Amino acid sequence: MNGRPDLELIARMIPAGSRVLDLGCGDGELLRMLRSKDCSGTGVEIEHSEIVAALAAGVDVIELDLNTELGEFASDSYDVVVVSRTLQNVQKPAEVLRQISRIAVHSVVSMPNFAHWRNRLRLLRGRMPMSEDLPFEWYDTPNLHFTSLADLEPLFAGLGLRVDRRIALDARGGQHPVGNLAANLVASSAVYLLHAQR
Amino acid sequence: MGPVTTPDASAIGTSHDVTLFTAASPMRLVSGAVLDEVVVRYETYGTLNDDASNAVFIAHALTGDAHAAGWREGDRRPGWWDTMIGPGKPVDTNVWFVVCPNLVGGCQGSTGPSSTNPHTGEPYGLDFPLLAMADFVTAHRALSAHLGIEQWAAVIGGSLGGMQVLQWALSHPQDLRNAVVVAASSRLTAQNIAFSAVGRQAIMRDSGFRDGRFLSLGTAPNKGLSVARMMAHITYLSEAAFQEKFGREAQAGELSRNFGVDFAVESYLEHQGEAFLSRFDALSYLYLTRVMDYFDPFSDDGALDALRADPVKFLVVSFDSDWRFSTEHSRRIVRHLEQARIPTSFREIASPWGHDSFLLRVPEYHETVRAFLGRMAGEWA
Repeated sequence: MNGRPDLELIARMIPAGSRVLDLGCGDGELLRMLRSKDCSGTGVEIEHSEIVAALAAGVDVIELDLNTELGEFASDSYDVVVVSRTLQNVQKPAEVLRQISRIAVHSVVSMPNFAHWRNRLRLLRGRMPMSEDLPFEWYDTPNLHFTSLADLEPLFAGLGLRVDRRIALDARGGQHPVGNLAANLVASSAVYLLHAQR
Repeated sequence: MGPVTTPDASAIGTSHDVTLFTAASPMRLVSGAVLDEVVVRYETYGTLNDDASNAVFIAHALTGDAHAAGWREGDRRPGWWDTMIGPGKPVDTNVWFVVCPNLVGGCQGSTGPSSTNPHTGEPYGLDFPLLAMADFVTAHRALSAHLGIEQWAAVIGGSLGGMQVLQWALSHPQDLRNAVVVAASSRLTAQNIAFSAVGRQAIMRDSGFRDGRFLSLGTAPNKGLSVARMMAHITYLSEAAFQEKFGREAQAGELSRNFGVDFAVESYLEHQGEAFLSRFDALSYLYLTRVMDYFDPFSDDGALDALRADPVKFLVVSFDSDWRFSTEHSRRIVRHLEQARIPTSFREIASPWGHDSFLLRVPEYHETVRAFLGRMAGEWA
């Protein structure tokens, strides 16, 4: 099973030798991939089975609640913070973004795009969007927040996070061939490389 | 080099007494005091492999001893960490060679304040020098040398045991590759010290204490020691654990309204206090609790310098219902390590049993330790 096809793309965006904090690290797959680039780092996770899998794979994991406990990490203590498909699950995304821009200058954030054209069609038919990137029923989902890319980017700007790169992804998590032309319409999700302005 | 698997040897521990320091090469303590003769009792489980790469050191807590796992003749219960250590257990003795010594200052086979002072021929009593956490590490290192183990695959401990692990990794990180620190603290709170102080006062105010000379004078501060144990035991369990075990149940069917042992919880504490007398020494209780009170390793200048230069991988574990060393104690350790860029993992395990959880079979806790040790086995298997 490969539920996180965007990880390879994220790994390519991270400079070799970086110290990486991966929020919502799952079984540590990204941090393991990054070892070949000489990166070190820490995962943050809260799910027991994921933590155990990451530990067994040699990944260092700190269990804490992203909603309330990111203050445990010192300012500028990492080179890059990764928030991969996790921001929609936290209670206050803006607060998490504020924390990550404090912890590292660079961050990689990926988010599913609620405004993908298939989702728009489902809404026109009167149904809530469901897709590869939004696979959950509304009553049983970890996703607390839905956003379009058009609504996400002003939030970055408002928090002083400059978008260095945006990569639109298709439903399988690969780079979308024409994604950047009309990302908000055709991207199933997007990965942002952000740069904290301070 | 793979692990040596000899199920027979791993199932049964062997107990040894070794003289680690003598008048010719005495033990020098942090305080500057010197101990001319130091004997340490230790047990081992499993088999050391040819290149001595599968050795795991267990540091015991306040009232623990060298008998960490398995059954000895006459045991009514197995070693104090038998839930954790043994064939197929999280610290798998089919894989690891496990060593657990009794602390210097203790009273279960190692030299302590009730041992005979070679200069007087009498028990030391309060003439025994005050100890520090680093002194325990000095003894552990001497035992390592005696066993021919240059580097431990892991050093593991809970509560006071975890504090020794932290001290060891900070001062001599080259001695170990991995550190497991469970339900421990890097600095006692005022409340912790307060409980510790009342326990000591109960002992020292007992008329049998006789300024610590009770062994020579043929008395014993048994009332004080059992009260100290009863009170400490309250701090080892959560309120919910006490409620679940005893509630307001009467000891003898129904409450009879008197000042004796009427509630079931009173009977339980009474038993804990009494049972403690047969296995623990009042002087050791004073000395070992005092070591914890003064322990504050991160306050030293450059505390993390050695570890930063030679990192040890850490697993820090706390329990959500532990109010003796709450999660905040563990988080403080994690903050110091993580900010020094030491590879650190941390978990707060949900368990209703309070501080004692570290001794109990809590599945998520055991799976976590097993996973952490499993990756080490992978390093050399």
